[in-house]
Amino acid sequence: MFDNRKQTILGFIFLVGIIYVLRLFYLQVIDDTFHTLGSTNAIQKEIQVPLRGQIYDRNGRLLVANVEVYDMLVTPRKVKSIDTLTFCKLLGITRGYFDSTMNAAKEYSANRTSLFMRQLSKEDYGRIADAMVNFPGFTFEQSFFRTYPGNTMANALGYIGEIPKKQFEEQTVPYYRKGDYIGLTGLEKYYEGELRGRRGVKFMMYDVHGEEKGVYQGGKFDTLAVIGKNLYSSVDIEVQQLADSLFQNKVGSVVAIEPATGEILAMGSYPTYNPSLLSGREFSKNFLSLTRNPDKPLNNRAVSAFYRPGSTFKLVQAAIGLELGVITPSTSFASTGSMFVFHSGPYEASNLNYAIQLSSNPYFYNVFRKIIGNNNEKSPFQSARIGLNVWNGMVAKFGFGRKLGIDLPSETKGLLPDVARYDKVYGKEQWKFSNIYSLSIGEGELGVNVLKLANLCATLANRGYWRTPHLIKGIGANGKGIDSELRKVHKTDIDPKHFEAVVNGMSLVIKQGTGRASNLESVGIEVCGKTGTSQNKKGKDHAIFIAFAPRYNPKIAVACVVENGGFGGVASAPITGLLIEKYLTRKISRQAYKEQVINTRYTTVAASAGAKAAPKPINPDAPEKTPEKPADNKIKPATKPQAR
Amino acid sequence: MSKEIDIKQGIDWTTVWLYAALVFFGWLNIYAAVYNPDNPADSILDIFSLKHRAGVQFMFISLSFLLMLVILFIDYKFYDTFGYIIYAFMILVLIATIFLSTEIKGSRSWIKLGSFSLQPAEFAKTATALALAKYLSTQNVNITRFRDAVVAGLLVFVPPIIIILQKETGSALTFAAFVMVLYREGLSGVYPALGIVFAILFVLSLIFPNYYVIAGIAVLCVAFWYLFLKRFERTRQNLTRIIAVFLLGSFVVLGVDFFVNKVLQKHQQKRVQVLVNPDADPLGAGWNVTQSRIAISSGQFLGKGYLKGTQTKFDYVPEQATDFIFCTVGEEWGFIGSVGVILIFLALLNRLINLAEKQRSKFSRIYGYCVAAILFFHLLVNIGMTIGLMPVIGIPLPFLSYGGSSLWSFTILLFIFLKLDAHRSYKV
Repeated sequence: MFDNRKQTILGFIFLVGIIYVLRLFYLQVIDDTFHTLGSTNAIQKEIQVPLRGQIYDRNGRLLVANVEVYDMLVTPRKVKSIDTLTFCKLLGITRGYFDSTMNAAKEYSANRTSLFMRQLSKEDYGRIADAMVNFPGFTFEQSFFRTYPGNTMANALGYIGEIPKKQFEEQTVPYYRKGDYIGLTGLEKYYEGELRGRRGVKFMMYDVHGEEKGVYQGGKFDTLAVIGKNLYSSVDIEVQQLADSLFQNKVGSVVAIEPATGEILAMGSYPTYNPSLLSGREFSKNFLSLTRNPDKPLNNRAVSAFYRPGSTFKLVQAAIGLELGVITPSTSFASTGSMFVFHSGPYEASNLNYAIQLSSNPYFYNVFRKIIGNNNEKSPFQSARIGLNVWNGMVAKFGFGRKLGIDLPSETKGLLPDVARYDKVYGKEQWKFSNIYSLSIGEGELGVNVLKLANLCATLANRGYWRTPHLIKGIGANGKGIDSELRKVHKTDIDPKHFEAVVNGMSLVIKQGTGRASNLESVGIEVCGKTGTSQNKKGKDHAIFIAFAPRYNPKIAVACVVENGGFGGVASAPITGLLIEKYLTRKISRQAYKEQVINTRYTTVAASAGAKAAPKPINPDAPEKTPEKPADNKIKPATKPQAR
Repeated sequence: MSKEIDIKQGIDWTTVWLYAALVFFGWLNIYAAVYNPDNPADSILDIFSLKHRAGVQFMFISLSFLLMLVILFIDYKFYDTFGYIIYAFMILVLIATIFLSTEIKGSRSWIKLGSFSLQPAEFAKTATALALAKYLSTQNVNITRFRDAVVAGLLVFVPPIIIILQKETGSALTFAAFVMVLYREGLSGVYPALGIVFAILFVLSLIFPNYYVIAGIAVLCVAFWYLFLKRFERTRQNLTRIIAVFLLGSFVVLGVDFFVNKVLQKHQQKRVQVLVNPDADPLGAGWNVTQSRIAISSGQFLGKGYLKGTQTKFDYVPEQATDFIFCTVGEEWGFIGSVGVILIFLALLNRLINLAEKQRSKFSRIYGYCVAAILFFHLLVNIGMTIGLMPVIGIPLPFLSYGGSSLWSFTILLFIFLKLDAHRSYKV
């Protein structure tokens, strides 16, 4: 019995021992609440936010820079018996702001810091800092906001803002804290990883009274903040700013590319906005008013608007026709017998040059018909299927119907119809050439953004290839680290020799055709271009113009769209010409002309109706067609003859 | 001359080494608790500096070495013979303390001797152990006899009552440890079992509303009546017994409520509530529990490394060197270190109980059990409190906690037994 009791007592003692060991195992091994550094109160993580990388233009001029500011943080537990009234007065805030912010901070944590006030300027900080001894619990963290010395390119640069809730929650690798700034659009978003740098983390020790007790373990676990990498853009700020001024009173977009490299020289979307509006404390207010503008200044039209390419597309048709051998530079078509009625006058399309120069609809109707019918299939339905397939493949090589891969997040694919698309609309083998002929002049189911048009122009300038267009040509100090995808050469299926005829036609467009408004012969530059008029059900046509220069060894390719500008030769060609002149000669020879262009006003339907100019839906009926007229300096409404 | 050799041979060196290991480890951790990483010491010898507690503890350790020698040189029969006298003297000192002491943190249990303070309550356990051992080893005394049980009970209960008068409730509670000894000596197992049931009811009635607990007891009683008792066992007598159990249980539940809300002082009330829900008042009464838990938990498996703890410095954990020394162990030595300490204690307790069973004299055996019981109770409550399984009761962790009174009293307690044990082998 005694022995038994000894066992019972020892058993009880060991039972307690086991329970305690299990409890310790739970606390120290399983439960990881207090395992990470900084999760305990003695060690606090201090984040050092590095300055965000700056962005320069191609000549080293600043596009985006930083202004150092101070964010004010609060640790609610440490805020004791402060004179709230004086405090509010000092900071220029209301009692309501103080109370609501404090309550939110308390709700988050009494012991941890919360943001109290953002972006105090250096001057404010200097004024307040001394008085802060009377207000324990408030600390400052250096921060920054973006400034824009060039005051331009807002749409392409994008803006930064607090990380959206969804994105914050969906981080795969947790990096951002609540309220951290992150690139939300444009280059700021695309190059977020490079621009943001790396946050520094410092583990500081604090005693129970909140007094700093030095660096934890001599800084063994600390990481230094690494400043964000600078971006070197290919944009020429002077060309960009000229585009900004030329587009006053207009809605539209312009993109200029250096054809040989794919570097973007200018990218404007209009109306644009002052980029500093979305930087700093007024962000929310300004953002709201910008979203309410019916012309959608926040949209980057250059990469995300939807236009029909119009007559500019005839150049693609010509190149494909030549490559397939269905036409030669001297092929002529009668101006009758097409589904387009060619407008009056002497515009007989006796050869390709002339057809391009005059933008002859019947001519390219016939070219397209030949392209589609370039097979031995008897059935018109089958023949159209085979022809469209070949055509689609070749057009796609020009970058149509796909993203070009520019370093911007919002690029749209555009629209390039394929067999499946028409099968869906009309039913399988229920359609033939007469259903799709409007493609021949760049109408119908074709959709592009301005970047794609500029890229088309660059492809023509390069005589058959394009390089992925990009805004950033260098990252960081050594300018390396660019994704090779952004430098890729894309070849079309067209033999370079076929482009001479096309380019020759484009040269004639400028010299004596529809694009005379951008003629730069006076300054010794041979420009090659093509007008276009993009149909738009909502209102007046959009004016399109593409051009590159010089003709040999081209340095710049431009695409310009003026919404509701009517005819491309009138509204867009002058802008394009001025931009080319500026880029190639660094000056404008015709100041008065420039002023005239600036002062010409085109009002959008959206602005007048307050509604968005939506892209035209696919219309199975025969599309309206728009012939083009030679340019003059007045704005003429385009006539719209019947299709049949 | 011969005596010295005898003791060297007779002393149980295993126990001595376990004791030494705990004392040494405790000393290291006291240094860790007072170490200031903000202003690190230039020399490793800083641990001996009397400017902080680690150095003072070293002095206490040195003095306890002297105490050991004194104890080992005193004739072993002294403890048996003078058991009652030591006890009586202790009672007088305890009473005198109430009047002579200076109040420290609301407690009147410290006597100032020059620049040092002593806490007689710590030594009262040893005296009680001696007296209890002497009484129970007296011929014809039988714990199962009511009269003898009452005398034994009085011996055990008088000192804690005086200690409660000194407002040192924690120390008083440790006398509950003697139940284990009484149980070993023949006290019916019902009493410790009742104690455990009482503890369970106590916790349940803190967590759940009283009437739920009472209803629970009722359900158990009814279930017992119908499911466990055979038909012929359902006599009137047994019914009466079950009703008595039910009434007693309900009385305990209501009594706990009354005790907690009416008898306990505010800060004690909170300590009890925090046991059930430490998050209820994380910055107030729950502070100790929460901080201690954070400290231990943040140590993880291998610990942060010696002197590299952060929670146990910077005053987050209160009483880091004394009652909460185990937090330092947990934070800096991790799971490995904490379990190591527990294992050393278990080995020591196991050794003591086995040694006690080997004693030929009843006095030695009972005293041995007293030592084991007291050490175990401290271990149970102290570590239990740091890991959130026990309420915060301010008693030290034997041998590890900082403090002269505590170290010396445990040293005396242990080495008297080692002295008694040393004479077991060659006595007859």
